[in-house]
Amino acid sequence: MESILELRNLVKLFPNQRAVDGISLKIPRGGFYSLLGPSGCGKTTTLRLIAGFEQPTSGEVLLDGAVVNEQRPYQRNVSTVFQNYALFPHLTAAENIAFGLKRKNQSGIEQKVREALELVRLTGKESRYPAQLSGGERQRVALARSLVLQPDVLLLDEPLAALDPKLRKQMRLELKEMQRRVGITFLLVTHDQEEALSMSDQLAVMNAGAIEQVGTPQDVYLRPSTRFVAGFLGAVNWIGGIGLRPEVTRISRDLPSNGGRFKPATVTGSVFLGNCVHVLTRLESGEDAVAEIPRNHSFQQGAYQTGEAIHVYWNPSDEMIFS
Amino acid sequence: MKIASGWERLRAWFLLPAWIWMAVLFAAPFAIVVVYSLLTRGAYGGLGLPWTLENYQRLLDPLYLGVVVRSFGMAGATTVICLLLGFPLALFISRAGGRKSIYLQLVILPFWTSFLVRLYAWLFLLRDTGLINTALQHLGLIHDPLPLLYNDGAVLLGLVYGYLPFMVLPVYATLERLDPALVEAAADLGAKPWPTLLHVILPLSAPGIRAGSVLVFIPALGAYLTPDLLGGGRTVLIGNLVQNQFTTARDWPFGAAISVGLMALVGVLVLLMLRSEREGLV
Repeated sequence: MESILELRNLVKLFPNQRAVDGISLKIPRGGFYSLLGPSGCGKTTTLRLIAGFEQPTSGEVLLDGAVVNEQRPYQRNVSTVFQNYALFPHLTAAENIAFGLKRKNQSGIEQKVREALELVRLTGKESRYPAQLSGGERQRVALARSLVLQPDVLLLDEPLAALDPKLRKQMRLELKEMQRRVGITFLLVTHDQEEALSMSDQLAVMNAGAIEQVGTPQDVYLRPSTRFVAGFLGAVNWIGGIGLRPEVTRISRDLPSNGGRFKPATVTGSVFLGNCVHVLTRLESGEDAVAEIPRNHSFQQGAYQTGEAIHVYWNPSDEMIFS
Repeated sequence: MKIASGWERLRAWFLLPAWIWMAVLFAAPFAIVVVYSLLTRGAYGGLGLPWTLENYQRLLDPLYLGVVVRSFGMAGATTVICLLLGFPLALFISRAGGRKSIYLQLVILPFWTSFLVRLYAWLFLLRDTGLINTALQHLGLIHDPLPLLYNDGAVLLGLVYGYLPFMVLPVYATLERLDPALVEAAADLGAKPWPTLLHVILPLSAPGIRAGSVLVFIPALGAYLTPDLLGGGRTVLIGNLVQNQFTTARDWPFGAAISVGLMALVGVLVLLMLRSEREGLV
């Protein structure tokens, strides 16, 4: 597939840090792409290199096939939704949205602003100032302000981090839906694996300035290529060198009879989480493993008692193996 | 709740020293000045009865109105020049990273010496046999000394020199608080450097510009030392007029009336500005 944005061996050195350490990526046109990684892994720096706020130490940024290293931020056809939105406090919602259009001397600004307000469902709030808008509304203004410019790529820097948890989940769906509707390539930077898994068509997992794995959410969650990716995308039980997700780790009082693998273990505790129960176990080898059991299921089986001898078992196809 | 209200009570007491200071050293003298302004000049200076408004009527004399207009013009020009010099300087310092504090120290360095001493230094530089004229003559660039001193230009120079820090500091304070992400956002949305300055940085530093302008304009309006020394008595501003009435002319009631009139004018100006600020006009 043709890529709208390409990074070629991108390196950014700061005085005492290799922030971005040789990244190569091809981001296909028209999808929802995420850069996922822990804080300090270089993902925000990568975004800033793409936007033009930072100059790479070496390597190239290609936008729609052309190297844009020499282009200033105002010359690049990308637009950023900042973490704290960076709305202009002295301008109304409508004036914020019109800002970029005016700078580019576009025609039909009023019409475009009206459509953008409609797109983010802020019609009626156009003459409010940022201070008079809620967190979610501010974010939608920031989105509209960027989308109205029809950028090649929309860069989103942890856009949901400043929202409260309930709104955050709702905005995930909205962002994804909006990307589908406008067809513009979204590049999201986040440290929240649930966010990246739920929204992305494809994602790149970053660690220490480098890319660990690129793939679909299913790829990276189910078939992580490194231990780091496995551990960053979800909880892992490490049993004799293989990795198992808690939701595929089963326990039983009897010897399992399904032909899978099993190990004897002792229950060391359990945690009630509402929709499920985490049973904590210790294998005879001394390794700890957590089994996630649906609530109903755990009731049927009767609550596991601390100290109880059980078996931990799993399907070989659920094993995550690393060289 | 109890602790909080106890603290609130204590907090009210913290105002007391300032209240006493203002009452004894500002309100009381000002009341005296107001009373003076309503009295008649005695036969040999000093004060006498009857009560009169004549001193205020004299303010409308074209001779004195001219001085008021000149003072406003001079203070306005001082403010504009301070803004033109001070804003870029403040912007530069606010983006200077680790060097900020050094530059700020340089801005307030002149305060380490008395204003009077610094004005005499300007005399030394600007007079006919001063440093500048002597140097230019030695270089053969001029024959006769340039008239650098004892004119409006010299007074304006002295006022700008004296009040520039009062513009730089408040403007710097607002620029320092300006979120750098806003400047990046402007560039990101296609704004080149000049439009970013015009449409983002300048409007957002309005509170600092407003504060700086007040801090420069008001003292410049009442300045008398600078026009006295650098204007050589030829450039009479309101401040010199007041001083004159209390000294040479020995007309205390009229001097007091000018003072009260000046305060009233400044008061009205400040009120107007506060209102325009509330309405978001400036």
